[in-house]
Amino acid sequence: MIQWFLPQASSFAGDVDFLFLLITLVVGFWFILTELVFFGLMVVYQKREGKKAEYITGDGHEKHWIHVPHWIVIVCDVFLIVGAIMVWNKIKIDMPEKIDATIKVIGQQWAWTFVHPGPDGDINTEEDNIITIDELHVQKGLTYKFDLSSKDVLHNFSVPVFRLKQDAVPGRTISGWFKPTKTGTFDIQCAEMCGTAHGIMNAFLHIEDAENHENWMKQYQALAHK
Amino acid sequence: MSGDHHGPTSFWSKYVFSLDHKVIGMQYMFTGMFMAIIGGYFAYAFRMQLAFPGQEVPGYGIVTSHDYNSLVTNHGTIMIFWVAMPVLIAALGNFLIPLMIGADDMVFPRLNRLSYQIFLVSAIILIASFFVQGGGFGGAWTSYPPLSSNPEYNLTPLGAPLWLTAVALEIVAFLLGGINFLTTVMNARTKGMKMYDIPMVVWMIIIATLLFMASVGPLVAGAVMLLFDQTLNTSFFSVDGGDPLLWQHLFWFFGHPEVYVVLLPAMGIVCEIITTFSRKKLFGYKEILYMTFATGILSFFVWAHHQFVAGIDPRMATVFSITTLLISIPIGVLCFCFIATLWGGSITFSVPMLWALAFIGEFLLGGVTGIYLGSSGTDIFFHDTTFVVAHFHYTFFPIAIIGTFAGITYWFPKMFGRMMDETLGKVHFWGTIIPFNCLFIPLFLLGMGGQHRRIYNYENFPDLAGPEMQNMRIFATLSLVALLAFQLPFLYNLFRSMFRGEKAEKNPWKANTLEWVAPSPPPHGNFGHQFPEVFRGPYEFSHPDREDDFWPQSEPGPRGEIKEH
Repeated sequence: MIQWFLPQASSFAGDVDFLFLLITLVVGFWFILTELVFFGLMVVYQKREGKKAEYITGDGHEKHWIHVPHWIVIVCDVFLIVGAIMVWNKIKIDMPEKIDATIKVIGQQWAWTFVHPGPDGDINTEEDNIITIDELHVQKGLTYKFDLSSKDVLHNFSVPVFRLKQDAVPGRTISGWFKPTKTGTFDIQCAEMCGTAHGIMNAFLHIEDAENHENWMKQYQALAHK
Repeated sequence: MSGDHHGPTSFWSKYVFSLDHKVIGMQYMFTGMFMAIIGGYFAYAFRMQLAFPGQEVPGYGIVTSHDYNSLVTNHGTIMIFWVAMPVLIAALGNFLIPLMIGADDMVFPRLNRLSYQIFLVSAIILIASFFVQGGGFGGAWTSYPPLSSNPEYNLTPLGAPLWLTAVALEIVAFLLGGINFLTTVMNARTKGMKMYDIPMVVWMIIIATLLFMASVGPLVAGAVMLLFDQTLNTSFFSVDGGDPLLWQHLFWFFGHPEVYVVLLPAMGIVCEIITTFSRKKLFGYKEILYMTFATGILSFFVWAHHQFVAGIDPRMATVFSITTLLISIPIGVLCFCFIATLWGGSITFSVPMLWALAFIGEFLLGGVTGIYLGSSGTDIFFHDTTFVVAHFHYTFFPIAIIGTFAGITYWFPKMFGRMMDETLGKVHFWGTIIPFNCLFIPLFLLGMGGQHRRIYNYENFPDLAGPEMQNMRIFATLSLVALLAFQLPFLYNLFRSMFRGEKAEKNPWKANTLEWVAPSPPPHGNFGHQFPEVFRGPYEFSHPDREDDFWPQSEPGPRGEIKEH
C-alpha cells in the first residue's frame, strides 16, 4: 500500500511494503471488528424506559469473551513478530555476500557529503574518488555498501524510495547496504532533528543505468581536470 | 483525625497558599489549561507555516526555521509535561484521591503545596526561555545530544539550559506529588475500604505514580549530566569521552513508561464514567487491575523501540520488537473489558459519556497503528515520519484532551457545585472530535508518502512538494483551526457554569463512589463530622436484589457480591 504513495526503488522496498500489508490485514481486521462490536453495543443497549441494566461481573464464564480474543491476539502477534524480524534482518543485519561498490555518506550541519568510488570501483584508491555535496549517484542493479558518519550532531540518512533510514552518529561509522532497482531522481532527507536548518537538509539520489552512470563519471572527471 | 474543620478565611490562605487538596488540584488544573492554550497556539503557528509556507501567520508573524523548531519542541514539551501530567495526574489525582477513599485531605498537605509551587516555578522558567537571547530551545522534545548539549550546534545558549531546568523541576514537583499520592492511598483509606473496593481511577493513578517514580531516576540523572554538558563543558554525552546514545537510553527508559503514566489515569476516568452511564458493573475489575500492572511492568522493557535506527546494535531491535508487540496483549484486554462493560447496559449519552466512549474509539486507532512502529521491519521506513506523529497523537489526544474533558465534565458538579450546559457540551464534543480526525488522518497518509517530521517547509523536497500532499497539509491545518475554535464554547461553558450553572445535588449522576457522598462542592475537610464507611465495591450498579439501579459504597448493608462460576 505504501507503493501507492511512493515508488519502490530498492531490492528490499517490496519486503517493507509487504510487511506493511501483512500488519494492515491483521490489525485492520481487529480494528474493524472491535469498532463494530463497540458501536453495535452502543446502539443495542441504549437506555430504554423501564428496562434495567444486567448485572454482569465479568468474573464468571463470560470471561471467555475476553480470553478467546486475548489468545488470538497472541497468535497474531507471533506472526507479526516473525515478519518484522525477517524484514529487519534482511535490511539491517545480514550484509549481502557480494558487494559491488562502497560509498561513504557524511552528515554535517546542514549538508550531505557523498564519496563515490570512481571509475575503478574501489573507494580505497583515493585519487579517482568522486566527492559530491548533496548529490548521490548510484548505478541501478549494483549492490552498495555504505559507511555512514557524522561530523557534528546526529543526522539520519533517509531515502524514502529505498525504505531505508539510519542515524548518523558522530564518532561512529555505521554500515548498511542497498541495491537500487529503478532509475530516476529521488529525495534524500535528513530525518533526525539537527538544528536550525534541519528543514532544508535535503539531497538528491540519482539512480542511473550503467551507461548514464559512466557518462556522469566521465563528465565529472572532465570537470575536475579543467 | 477529627472531622471538625475550620477552613482558612483570607483570600491568600484560601486560594494561593492553600493546603486543601481540592484547591491545589484546581491550581494544577487551571495552570495546566493555561499552558494548553500556549501549546495550542504553538501548534497553530507551525501548522499555518506548513500549510502556507513563508507567509505571515496571523497572530504570530513570519515563522523562520529557527522559530519552527522551537515551536515544535515546546509544543511537545508543554503538552506532555505541563498539560497531560498536571491536569490528568496532579489535578484529578489531588481532587479525587482523598474524596474517593473517604479522607479529609492528603496525608502531606505541605508537601502537596510545595509540589504545586515548584511546578509553577518550572512553568515560569519554561515560558521565560522563549524570550531569552537566541530564543527557546529547538532541539526536539527528546533533546538528543550533541545538538542539545552544545550551544554551537543548537544556537540557543540560554534557551536550552532553561528548557532543561524547567523539565527537571517539573519532574521534582511530580515526585513530591507522587510520594503524597502513594502514602495517602496506602494509609488514609476510610474504614471498610479494602484493596478491591478502591475505585479503578484511584488504582490507575497509583500505578501511574509507581511507574513514574520507578522510571524517572535515570532521566533526572541524565538531565543533570546534560545540564553540566551545556553549562560546564563536561562531556557525558559528547563524542570525546562520552556517548551521545547514552542520553537516548536514559531518556526513553523514562519516556516510554511516561506514555503509560498519562494513559492509565485517563483509562481510570473512562472506567468510572462508562460504568455510571451504562449502569453496569465494571467488567472484570480484577482482570483490569492485573492487566494494568502487566502493562506497567512491560513498559519498562520496550524503550529501545524508539531507537531501532539510532545506531544501537541491530540485534537488540529483535528483543525490543518482541516486547513492544507483547504489550498489545494487556492493552487489548483492557480495551475489550471497557467495551464488554457496555454489554447489557442501559446507556445514556450524556456529555461525559460521549467523551469516555470517544476515548475508547479513538485510542483503538492509536493503539493499532503502534504495531507498524513496534515492528522493527516497518519502523525502518516509518521512523521520524508524520505517520509516527499521527500515531502518538491518536494516543495522546485521547489521553490528554479527550480524557481530560471526560474527567472535567464528569466531576464538574462536584468541583463547583453546579452543572455544565449539556447542549454547549455536545457542540464542543463534536466540534473537537470531527476536526481531530480530519487533522491526523492526513498525517498518516503523508507519512506513508515519506514525509518526515520537524520540517518547516516541504518545498525543498521535490518528492514531498506536490499539490496532493500540500492540499492534505492545508486540510489538516484548517482542521486544527476549527478544532481550536471549538474550544471557545468549552471555555465559555466552563466559566459560565461555574457561577451561573444550575445548582448540582450531591450525586447528580447517581454514582456509587464516595466523592458523591460529600456535599457539592465539598467543604474544607470534605465529609463534615463523620467519615463515610465502605460496605461494598465501587461498581454495584443494577444489582438484582435492589430496586435502585445503583448502590453507594457507603450505604450500610451486605456486600451484595454474587459469585459466578
